[in-house]
Order: sequence, then C-alpha cells, then structure tokens
Amino acid sequence: MTTAPAPTLPPVTAARRPARSRSLRPWYRNGPLVAGIVIVGGLILVAIFAPLITPYSPTTQNLTDVLQGPSGAHWLGTDQFGRDVFTRLVWSTRVDLRIGFIAVLIPFVVGSILGGLAGYFGGWLDLIVMRLVDIFFAFPFYVMVIALVFVLGAGETSIYLAIATVSWVSYAKIVRGEVLVAKQQDYVMAARLGGFSHLRVLARHIGPNVLSQAIIYAMSDIVQDIMAIVTLGYLGLGIAPPTAEWGSMISQGQQFITTQWEQATIPGLAVVVTSLGLSWLGDGLSDLLSPDRRK
Amino acid sequence: MLHRLRFIPGRILQAIPVAFGVTILVFLMSHLLPGNPAVAILGSHATPASVAALSKHLGLDKPLWEQYWLFLTHLLQGDLGQSLTYQQPVVGLVFSAVPVTLSLVAYALVLSLIISVPLAGWAATKPSGVRDLAVRAYTLLGQGMPQFWVGIMLILLVAVRLRLFPVSGYGQTPLDHLYYLFLPALTLAISMCPTIIRSLRASTIQVLGSEYIGTARSKGIAGASLFRVHVLRNAAIPTVSIVGVNLGYLVGGSLVIEHVFAIPGLGSLMINAIFARDFPTIQGVALFVALFVVIVGIVTDVVYTLLDPRVDLANTEAVR
Repeated sequence: MTTAPAPTLPPVTAARRPARSRSLRPWYRNGPLVAGIVIVGGLILVAIFAPLITPYSPTTQNLTDVLQGPSGAHWLGTDQFGRDVFTRLVWSTRVDLRIGFIAVLIPFVVGSILGGLAGYFGGWLDLIVMRLVDIFFAFPFYVMVIALVFVLGAGETSIYLAIATVSWVSYAKIVRGEVLVAKQQDYVMAARLGGFSHLRVLARHIGPNVLSQAIIYAMSDIVQDIMAIVTLGYLGLGIAPPTAEWGSMISQGQQFITTQWEQATIPGLAVVVTSLGLSWLGDGLSDLLSPDRRK
Repeated sequence: MLHRLRFIPGRILQAIPVAFGVTILVFLMSHLLPGNPAVAILGSHATPASVAALSKHLGLDKPLWEQYWLFLTHLLQGDLGQSLTYQQPVVGLVFSAVPVTLSLVAYALVLSLIISVPLAGWAATKPSGVRDLAVRAYTLLGQGMPQFWVGIMLILLVAVRLRLFPVSGYGQTPLDHLYYLFLPALTLAISMCPTIIRSLRASTIQVLGSEYIGTARSKGIAGASLFRVHVLRNAAIPTVSIVGVNLGYLVGGSLVIEHVFAIPGLGSLMINAIFARDFPTIQGVALFVALFVVIVGIVTDVVYTLLDPRVDLANTEAVR
C-alpha cells in the first residue's frame, strides 16, 4: 500500500476518509459489525432454542382456538388451524436460517473455483466460463428458481440446487475479477519463480487474498437466498406445510388480511430484521476484511 | 452520431452464442423432468396414443443433439408446444401476456426514477447529513423486504384501509390499467429504488466534487438547472448500466408481484402453469424472459453510448 500524501480535505466530497483509521479501529467499535453480530447471533440462538422459547407445538392443530387475537396465552394470536402464531414465527427461524446458510455454500464454492480458474488460466477456459456466466445471467433469479423447483419437484434439495444454479454466476464474476488483478502482483510471480505449481499458487497464494470479496458478497447473497426461500414458500413451491416457514405464514395470513392484519405483517417483519442483521454483518465484515476498498 | 454505434453489429454477434445457450438450457429442462419427457409433459392421465404422438414430435427416439435441433426448428417456426391447461399454442399465450408484464415493468421503472432521482440528489448534496442518513436507511430496509410482502402491506394500507386503489386485477381500458397497475408498480419500485439510489447517490457525490461543477457554480449557475444540466446528466451514466442489469431482476420480481395482485401477465401464466403442471408453458415463459434479458443487455449498451457526453465531445473537437 502506498503511503498517502497528506491530503488537503476536498470541500464537498468528504466521502473518502483515510482508509487506515478504519482498519486500525478495534472490531467492537465497528457499529454495523456489532449490530449485525447481535441480530444474527440472537436469531441463531432463537433457532437453536426454539423449543425452550415457547410451550406450544408449531404444527399441532387446535381447532377449538382458531383465529384468536393476541392475548396473554397467545402473544400474537392463533392461525386458522389454532396454532400459536408466535411459536410458528420462532420455529420458522430454524427453517429459513438453516436453508439460507446452507444454500449459500454450493454456489460460493462452485462459483469461486470456476471464476478463479477462469481468471488465472484465461484463454479458452475463461471464454467458456464467461459465456456460461452470460447464459445463466440471462435468466432472472425467480424465473430460474421457479422453473427448476417445478422441474425437480418442491422440497429442500430442489431449493438448494435451484439457488446454486442461479447464484454461482455472481461468485464466478467476483472471484475472476479479483484473480485477474491478483495474478499481476509480485507475490504471485515470486511463488511461481519459487517453483510452485499453478494450482498451488492459485489455491494457497491467490485464494486467501481474493476470497474476502466473495465472503462479503456471500452475506448479501444469504439475504437474497432467504428472500427466495420465503418467496417460494409464499407461492406454495417451497417447504411443504405444515412446517412453519415465514413465506407460507405470510401467504396464509393474507387470507385474513381484513380481520387479522398482523398474521401477514409480522412474519414479513421477521424477514426484514433478519436481512437487516445480515446486511450489517456484511458491511462490518467488508470494513474488517478490505478497509482500503470501501465504496 | 451514427458512427458511435458501429459497435452494435459486433455486440449482437456476441449475443448470438448466449441466445443459443439460453435455448439449450431451456431445452435441457425437459430432460430433468423425471421419467419419459413426453409422459412428464402430458401427465399421467395421457393416452398412449398422445404420448406416442408427442414423443415423435419431440424426436425422443433420436439422439439428444437431434432432439435439440428439432426443438430449435420448432422454436424458429414459432412453435413452443401446446399448453396443457389452455389447449392452445404456448406462443399465443405468451404473446398475449407480454404487453401486460412489459407495461408493469415500464410503469415500475418510471416510478422508480421519479422516486430515486430526487432522493439520491437530496442525499448527495450533504453526505452523512440527516437527509442522507434517512435515504440510506431506506435503501438498507428496502432491500431487506420481500417484494411480495411489500405488495401485501400496500394492499393492506392503501387498498383495504384507505380504499384508494383496487386490491387486484388489471381493468379494461388503458386508463384503468394505469389505475390498477399503480400499486403493483409501486411495489416493484420500492424494491428497485435502493439499487438505483445507491448508484446515483455515489456518482452524484463524485460529480459534485468535480472541477466542472465548481466552474459552473462560479459562473452563477445554481439550483435546479445546475442539478439537471450539469450534475444529473453526468451522474446518470453509471446508473443506466445498473438499471439495465437490474431490468432482469425487475422482470423476475414482476412475475411474483403479478401473482400477488392477480394481474394476467407472464408471472400469473407461469405460476398458474406450475400448479397445473403445464410444462410447455413454463418453458415458453422462461425462454421468452431470458431472451428478453439478452436483448435488454444490447439496448443498455446502446443507450449508455448515446448518453455518454465524453464520446460526444471526442466527436466534435475538445477532448481526445
């Protein structure tokens, strides 16, 4: 990194602060990171301890208590099958978070490897990978996901496969771009001159240096994946009922929107809080991992 | 002017392999269906005769590449197969739904710009000020809300409570359409705006710090005309490509939103087809949308070139 010449502060654009002060700041002074850790950590705890948080079952129907308003016994009321809405909200955290976190793994690995190889070796490999990227990129996320879930049948495995098919593209693009820059660096040359094989240089020397951008992107990608899962659930193509899941809860609540508006509203708020936490976590991480590159 | 567009033939040439790839991918989808594609397409209640007829039509006894060739020739003849639910050609169904979806997308784009441009300019004039923080809070929240849920919330607040707009439907006359599509378009705009605002805000801050704005200011230009003529024109350039890239996202989102508001466009067609297990229709919609996105990519590049004043300047005399 070059030593920054003492800058005379530009009057209007205070946008570029000296990067160093950010990176030297201890992590707990990084507001977004702390907020993200608190929210996401809290949600993970909720998911793990779901059975301890509420006394009710998320799936057992209780047809004597249908569609009740909020009360001391049922904090958020009950749905049309007499199930406690708060309980279902809590249990949904398990399903949606788990699938969101797992779904991001396959595209992350596949996309990063393909992008890395394409960027490093270039030539026909790069040409093929980039044309594939163009082709897959032409399908809007939901069109591809919906079509694939139909073809593969509804269910968790299909969701993973469908999301992987769509989102490896972004990782490939990001990692390829990073590798193209990194392979010009002196340390890569040094490693090559040291006699290391291409694959070793790529995996051990370039890899750790370029993956931070992919990791930062993964945070916003989890948000997108959770949106996709919730949307599929809403459309009735996701996790099959009676399993509690935010999307299907919203779709169910929509039928009673005139009488019990909270049933469709609150699961949506849960999604908003989740994605807020993940976005902050991503922002905080990007501060931490690449302080010199903040937009 | 025209010679700046010389790149178009090359750009189209570059899009051709992509378009072929799209057709291959859509073609392969039918082979991911479990079992014999003809049976999977026609459903378990099909008669052996109709299965045999479809098998012959699709060339299922031939090697894969010949089947693809058959698929492609059918496609070029405008034959995307027969919809199972409507018992009519898929092409006709798709083309009657396209205007609805496109007008929704265009409407959403117009609303997005109406919302984004002032907000981005407003935020950029004083970075880290109160207004900037408010706008950034919106961009953060806007991306975290599921689109369909935003739609439901708008239905709840604006249609059910205030009774200002209809809950669902499309209406009969063009004026009706504008009225009926307002909430769906606003829904899409609310989730599209954060992306536009982010890009536009960043580039506006950059433009405001540049020397030619200082020059313009020193000449006494201020207020709206400074913003419109000197700032926006330049700040908009990177945003155009962002919008172009996200148009596919907008189309994808509109499919879901159509379902929420029961609008008879491509989305309703596709989602109803899923529940009717009507594969040819799904295939047709996916193919159409993907090819549309490829074309939008070309159009974006053209608009980008036309908008970029630096290319214009190089053309006359000054910079080169």
